[in-house]
Amino acid sequence: MSSVLYDIPGPAARARNRTVGAIGVAAIVAVLVFVVYRFYDAGQFSPRLWEWITYINIQYLLLNALWATVSAFLVAAVLSLVFGAVFAAGRLSDHRWISVPATAVVELFRAVPLLILIFILFYGLDRGLGITIDAFWAVVLGLMLYNGSVLAEVFRAGVNAVPRGQSEAAYALGLRKGQVMTSVLLPQAVRSMLPTILSQLVVVLKDTALGFIILYPELLYQARFLGSQNQLGAPILPVALVVAVIYIGLCLILTGISRLVEKRLAHGPRKAKPADPDLVAPQAGHGGV
Amino acid sequence: MNVLLDNLDLYLRGFGGTLALFVVSAIGSLILGTIIAGMRVSPVPVLRGVGTLYVTVLRNTPLTLVLFFFAFAYPRLELVELSFYTLACIGLTLYTAAFVCEVVRSGINTVPVGQAEASRALGFSFTQTLGQVVLPQAVRAVVPPLTNVQIALLKNTTIAAGFAVVEAGGIYANLSERGYNVFVGLLWVALFFIILVVPLTILQRRLDQRWSAAR
Repeated sequence: MSSVLYDIPGPAARARNRTVGAIGVAAIVAVLVFVVYRFYDAGQFSPRLWEWITYINIQYLLLNALWATVSAFLVAAVLSLVFGAVFAAGRLSDHRWISVPATAVVELFRAVPLLILIFILFYGLDRGLGITIDAFWAVVLGLMLYNGSVLAEVFRAGVNAVPRGQSEAAYALGLRKGQVMTSVLLPQAVRSMLPTILSQLVVVLKDTALGFIILYPELLYQARFLGSQNQLGAPILPVALVVAVIYIGLCLILTGISRLVEKRLAHGPRKAKPADPDLVAPQAGHGGV
Repeated sequence: MNVLLDNLDLYLRGFGGTLALFVVSAIGSLILGTIIAGMRVSPVPVLRGVGTLYVTVLRNTPLTLVLFFFAFAYPRLELVELSFYTLACIGLTLYTAAFVCEVVRSGINTVPVGQAEASRALGFSFTQTLGQVVLPQAVRAVVPPLTNVQIALLKNTTIAAGFAVVEAGGIYANLSERGYNVFVGLLWVALFFIILVVPLTILQRRLDQRWSAAR
């Protein structure tokens, strides 16, 4: 494979590339070895600090924490898809009294940081208005409001990206507004937007970790808890490493699914619109990060 | 209104911290992200691999976990003592750079092939092709998504409040200590964030207009 950015390397260039590569690798390995050595030196890799993995109770604790993360993700994902669909429909409505408030809601929740939303739901409502929401629902509702708004923009962009001729043809055939939307525009829009929607779901999964800050007992919270247990030797680094691997694994599974879907769509009868998630997603919302 | 006026010092300090975090991490992430994007399209296979690995790992790790590492695991290294503020800057920079890298890379792909081919025909090396011909055009093409990444960074700075950095996300805790209405206080915080995002959006639109005309 060759790139347009450089000539196909000849013998001299290959040798030079190898040197540069070797130097680069040496530098990175040096940094990693240094970090690992420092941790080793600080005793973070002594067997005692890894013993906790073998305790059955701690395994159950981690499984429970994993379930707390995954259940918050699942509920939030479903709710934000529904929220996004409802508000996208609202923004696309021809009636101004529906589209204006829908636009306001979507723009508002996209501009406010997710953590502030969660704080408002968890601390604000409780101490200000006396309405108590438990940590699970504070996280889930915050995720729903934020990611739902981002998804609403994604849906809307998808529907607007369907060529005009499609809806004109459908109207010409005598379909009603609702029918045009559900049987002509939406199927095509969902198809072109599916990769973006799935990558937004990865963001939902990652953002469940914010629950840690309001003490929702998910993975990161339990990591902090285990990491501060002195009778286990306060194994904060081992625990954090294990939790990082779990998070990255979960996200990679989701990313893998979205790759698979993308490939399926690319092989479909009609070429879907070019949906480079990196270009489309950030444009459709501030999300993706 | 009283909540805001009585605690103006708190709000000023909080948003000062937020802006300081944002400016440092924004500049850092733009530089680091561009370098990694350069690595990912470079002729050296090893550097491409390292760049891909970096982006995959950082994009799939929650920012909270990245900051968690820096806040709790870094002090165990017993290296240089760094303040939480510095650590938060490093964490935010590393995390955001992965997203900047992806945006810049997709920008490089939008530059017409003829541009790179022409500069190669003129005998430009890879760094010259990328630095003088392709990147300047690529950056213009990706101003909107790049600004969106930076807006996301501005909002992400609030997460640092969970790790004892003085910034806007931590205002509620002080308000509650002083016995003010936390709900109203948080609504003010939300409002200020909306006000902060607006100029960035305007900048985004103006840069896009000016540069898309010059393209």
